[in-house]
Amino acid sequence: MRAPGARGLRLGVRVPTRRGRRARQGVGRPARRLGAEALPGGIPLHAGAFPPGGCTARPWPCGRAGPGSWRPGDASPAPPAAGVSNMIARLAKTCTLRISPSRLNFILADRVAHGGVSMWCELEQENFFSEFQMEGVSAESNAIYLELISENLSRALKTAQNARALKIKLTNKHFPCLTVSIELLSVSNSSRIVTHDIPIKVIPRKLWKDLQEPTVPDSDVSIYLPLLKTMKSVVEKMKNISNHLIIEANLNGDLNLKIESELVCVTTHFKDLGNPPVAWEDASQDRNPARMVEVHVDIRKFLQFLSGQQVNPTKAVCNIVSNKVVHFDLLHEDVSLQYFIPALS
Amino acid sequence: MPLLNQQIQDENDYSLTASLDNVRNLSTILKAIHFQEHATCFATKNGIKVTVENAKCVQANAFIQAGIFQEFKVQEEPVTFRINLTVLLDCLSIFGSSSMPGTLTALQMCYQGYGYPLMLFLEEGGVVTVCKINTQEPEETLDFDFCSTNVINKIILQSEGLREAFSELDMTSEVLQITMSPDKPYFRLSTFGNAGSSHLDYPKDSDLMESFNCTQNQVNRYKISLLKPSTKALVLSCKVSIRTDNRGFLSLQYMIRNDDGQICFVEYYCCPDEVPEPDS
Repeated sequence: MRAPGARGLRLGVRVPTRRGRRARQGVGRPARRLGAEALPGGIPLHAGAFPPGGCTARPWPCGRAGPGSWRPGDASPAPPAAGVSNMIARLAKTCTLRISPSRLNFILADRVAHGGVSMWCELEQENFFSEFQMEGVSAESNAIYLELISENLSRALKTAQNARALKIKLTNKHFPCLTVSIELLSVSNSSRIVTHDIPIKVIPRKLWKDLQEPTVPDSDVSIYLPLLKTMKSVVEKMKNISNHLIIEANLNGDLNLKIESELVCVTTHFKDLGNPPVAWEDASQDRNPARMVEVHVDIRKFLQFLSGQQVNPTKAVCNIVSNKVVHFDLLHEDVSLQYFIPALS
Repeated sequence: MPLLNQQIQDENDYSLTASLDNVRNLSTILKAIHFQEHATCFATKNGIKVTVENAKCVQANAFIQAGIFQEFKVQEEPVTFRINLTVLLDCLSIFGSSSMPGTLTALQMCYQGYGYPLMLFLEEGGVVTVCKINTQEPEETLDFDFCSTNVINKIILQSEGLREAFSELDMTSEVLQITMSPDKPYFRLSTFGNAGSSHLDYPKDSDLMESFNCTQNQVNRYKISLLKPSTKALVLSCKVSIRTDNRGFLSLQYMIRNDDGQICFVEYYCCPDEVPEPDS
């Protein structure tokens, strides 16, 4: 029986080491391309398959079945991956990881009761992994959805910052795991390998529909964001005074952050930020570009978003749908992030 | 037109206007007295005095003289109002409280008069924050009537000499006992806590001792919980003057040097702890 959600997955990583016991644990495998090969369990792997006895092809517990094969072979430079997972951990406690042949997505779709924040983070597989193998539930739905505690992943990848190689696999060790194997640099010849088993839940296909890429709403104003660090320090101070933040912007490149309480009103004005060209075309002719469009949001949600951004993105756009939602669209070098904060009623 | 100038139409409408190139010169001093939520501000043409009190026993005053500001105008003095100090400090440090080389936050402050809010315009790197802080009815502040003519003992210390002692005060002791005397032990800090008593003596010829003018042996006790907040001023200061008068009242004056090398003063007054009746 196959799990409704995933057939197989493994992200192998170049770890030049001897085969043997370690190999059986799923670590330490030469990065030789052996061509398509069958894993025990009869799950065919794609190019760059592990040698027989490979790491991921253990049967799944009953009801869940074949491990998908997703393997970012030489998940080469560990730091960028660690950076992404660190950002995700700051943004969401638990998240869904979607794996498809070409990209990985970190997804958060919070229930309205918890604030209704949603997130869609996307990275191109080939920018992160030198070797990548995955096999979804079927050819038509070639994807794997996993739920995990994001901090577990970021903590595991943190160890990999100075590693020689990193390998991530979907395994089954009494329960489904994402196994992160890291070969550390060592002075002597003997290699040191750290293995993290991150417990995960494989999400069955019937729930996938809740985890699709969110559609970007037609925004009333679209504006480039100022330096996120400046915004963060402003919002941090504002949070001490109020829970309720008003974000307003217009098509003249003005963005204001505003709080109002019985004691104090504070408004921070950002000017000359510029508006993405699309917004101009969409804007109706008679519309006054100076007119402010506003949205009220939970200041903690906004701060959480800002705190997640340790590196200023190459492009950051804020889209406001008046009194409905604010959508942030961030582009880092290899990662794009969309973050939605619903308006407070 | 810069927003800063736009908002302040006519300076004559305001009973107080002040501008400052580096807001930290103000916020640092205010942090030194931030042990209560509320503060009373008095502005005269000489500058602003900000007062914070606790338990009718301790009072802290921060003096920000007019010279600290690049521009300082008071129309009809004295201008007095009460303000939430926590909120004021959050506003002043809205662009972050750490000093980054090359980035200064400029401040323009104005107050139209009784019943009006205190307006702050802060600018850093082209970003402007406008804060409108509601003011409150000024409260009468305590008069400690601490006259320099009644001062019995006076010591000036380099702050580093007192810093460690204050940050490690045994807070299980209810009081801090200060002994000042022309003879041994000259200057002694004592606590009486759960783990025992501790005495810390400063010899009169110590390098830390800038001046020593003690005329009479005095032993006074002060509630440690009231004195502990003065540590905030102590850590910022370079020198501290410790004085006691004939009633045993304590005055601590802290000399604080700001980023631009200007000197400001913060002063703490504290009443002695009531001495139990001898026969009780």
